Amino acid sequence: MTAPANLVLGGPPAGGRPTAGLAASALWPIVAAFAAFVILWKLVVIVGGLPVFILPPPEIVAARFVAAWTDGTIAPHAWTTIVEVALGFVAGAASGLVAGYALARSRLVERLLSPYLVAAQAVPILALAPLLALWFGPGLLAKVVICGLIVFFPVAIATMVGIRSIDRGLLELARSYRATRRQVLLTIEIPAALPSILGGLRVGVTLAVVGAIVGEWAGADKGLGVLVNLARGSLFDIPLLFATLVTIALLGIACYLLVVLAERRLVGLR
Amino acid sequence: MSAPGLATGRLVADDLLVTFPGAGGAASTVALDGLGLAVEAGEVVALIGPNGCGKSTFLRVAAGLLRPERGSVVLDGVPVVEPDGRIGLVFQEPRLLPWRSVADNVTYPLELAGWPRERRRARLAQLLELVGLEAASALRPAQLSGGMRQRAALARALALSPQVLLLDEPFSALDALTRERFNLELLRLHERTGTTVVIVTHSIPEAILVADRVIVMTPRPGRVAAEVRIEAPKPRTLEQLDQAIVSRAAAEIRAHLELGEAVA
Repeated sequence: MTAPANLVLGGPPAGGRPTAGLAASALWPIVAAFAAFVILWKLVVIVGGLPVFILPPPEIVAARFVAAWTDGTIAPHAWTTIVEVALGFVAGAASGLVAGYALARSRLVERLLSPYLVAAQAVPILALAPLLALWFGPGLLAKVVICGLIVFFPVAIATMVGIRSIDRGLLELARSYRATRRQVLLTIEIPAALPSILGGLRVGVTLAVVGAIVGEWAGADKGLGVLVNLARGSLFDIPLLFATLVTIALLGIACYLLVVLAERRLVGLR
Repeated sequence: MSAPGLATGRLVADDLLVTFPGAGGAASTVALDGLGLAVEAGEVVALIGPNGCGKSTFLRVAAGLLRPERGSVVLDGVPVVEPDGRIGLVFQEPRLLPWRSVADNVTYPLELAGWPRERRRARLAQLLELVGLEAASALRPAQLSGGMRQRAALARALALSPQVLLLDEPFSALDALTRERFNLELLRLHERTGTTVVIVTHSIPEAILVADRVIVMTPRPGRVAAEVRIEAPKPRTLEQLDQAIVSRAAAEIRAHLELGEAVA
């Protein structure tokens, strides 16, 4: 990965396109920080004299991570979770976009819907998950719904804010050239609101991973959330638990990077 | 592009009334009341008046963006009731789309009007040449100076070859020197395109430099207070700004403006 540092940190896209040399010089602090993290971890294990079932040292977790991936322990679970995250994210983001646009363009829609939106957001997804699992069964659908719900809110709000904050002068400009409703949407509203929408998608995509794991805890037979429970419970394989957590974290980072890369392509040129 | 010889672009406004509802229970504001004026085809008219006299409101009515409660605006015998391709409007701010290049901003009206790509490209070359932006075609608005942005906005307003060009204090954000240069360029542009030009301004020298006729408006509600014909020959130069004929016109305009203030 030749991603520059601010890609990982999620800073706003820089003005110029990074060169290869810049990427390399930006990369080494990340490597150094990671090394420091691993060393600190190892020190805590040694100094605290912690047993493997409380905090396994990094090399054991790394070994278990590689083993569990090569022998096919993690892969099927990871695949299930990825599908849930992808479908849930797409469903939540798509409905969030539509709802956010409607909220921005109609005071009536906003007045009618926003209390329910806020109420739904105020109830922890952890509390809702068992109910949704009951309604939608133990399969994929319940996870997609839970995932979608958790993604929906930040995307809807970001879209609403983005559409609302469009310069009215630009809308008047489009009107002065007799732009149709569709032309206004495509040439003014979407491009103008895009930075804000992508900000919402950034938040949403990491929440999508959380949603999938929570959904799996509420009842499932496959998925990384299930594997966490298995590793902790019946298998009592704490290094596997950590290897699974690492996988979940990597999945979240990968999703986030995908959105940031999309952001670079779409608005990086401004 | 309409040739200078073709007498199209005669704009007549008659008895316009525009009021804005007051915010939060305040009394509504009468922006224009009984405004009537005629601009001949190919003429350059400057509208001058105190702040809030409804100059910009008039332009928005003339551009079809705002419907008057009473009265009408007629261009070449056809009423203007909605945004109209025969009219080009330049706002006070450039209003360029920041995510588009200069080229794509200039051809934006053509795109909305459904012109095919090839035709847009050909027209773009003409427009950029007209305003002297050939070298900036691929740049984004953020990379341009204020003057270049307003040039791009001007090129965009000319894209559909309007018969009338309405300019709402187009150069007010520019520094004094750039502004004088722009006014001369506007005159050159006018000679080449032959469009009727209505320019709203706060500046008496600017009005005298560009206009065949200066219309002085009263304070709110806006109405025509006086008309001053500028007899200085064309093509005009900055040196003419010192001539007696010009200072007489300036004195006359100022007198009408002050009279308006005194009445208000």
